[in-house]
Amino acid sequence: METDWLWGLIGGGIIGLGGAVYLLGNGRIMGASGIVGGLVDGLVDGSGRKIALEKILFLAGVVLLPLLLQSVSSTQASTHMTDNVILIVSAGLLVGIGTRIANGCTSGHGVCGISRLSLRGLIATVFYILAGGLTLAIFRHGLGLI
Amino acid sequence: MRLFLSFLAGGLFGTGLFLSGMTDTTKVQGWLDVFGDWDPTLAFVMGGAILPMFIAWRLTEGRRPLAGGQFPPQSNPELDRRLIVGSAMFGIGWGLVGLCPGPVIASITYNGWSGVWFLVAMLAGMAVAPKFGIQLDRLMAKA
Repeated sequence: METDWLWGLIGGGIIGLGGAVYLLGNGRIMGASGIVGGLVDGLVDGSGRKIALEKILFLAGVVLLPLLLQSVSSTQASTHMTDNVILIVSAGLLVGIGTRIANGCTSGHGVCGISRLSLRGLIATVFYILAGGLTLAIFRHGLGLI
Repeated sequence: MRLFLSFLAGGLFGTGLFLSGMTDTTKVQGWLDVFGDWDPTLAFVMGGAILPMFIAWRLTEGRRPLAGGQFPPQSNPELDRRLIVGSAMFGIGWGLVGLCPGPVIASITYNGWSGVWFLVAMLAGMAVAPKFGIQLDRLMAKA
């Protein structure tokens, strides 16, 4: 649609505002993989109990607001996600391992890292976009799988 | 205060992901698909998000967080194998399905079983990541 870029810009601005609240308010970097992964680490080794509730409430906000927005606007959002379980599980594992090994994802390295002029954030973003682009080229245009 | 600000930040993050269309996997794969029907939306989302964050980082200088504590330390300038290998792995998974960690969570209530399976696999991946990292370091030390 023609207005997609505008919604992208508006939505992006709100994402950045969320990151600014988390940083200036709580002194933390708003990275989705760090927040979720921190909770997973806590379940595995019992670390980070003190800030677990903070992270859980953050995630509650992430889940509830889109739900609320859909009910007030009575729209049904679609994710157009594949139902191929093999693809889904492989991709989920890669995203889970990769973001934790690299210590960040699109929000942490991309939004929070680049805005801080962090070289690590920029390099991570270059690599995941390149890898994602190559994946589309190979799996969509080469193999026709996605 | 901390808990309220966490919820507020998460709510803004979820709202932004939803409004920008980033929970729609076709828009994310569309951005990565330079040889197909390329969709530039993600660049606007990134740009739109980086601007307020850039200002926020400037505002941290000489201040303390509103709810107390410290701001994160200076970012680590070192580039290591973990950053590169991890980001490449993430990028492949991101491209295959079109979801990254934020949107998986934001769309969990309307993404059906596909979203649930992705989330479960992602959490499992995160749980084994520390062990995977140690193996990766060993492998790289030999190479």
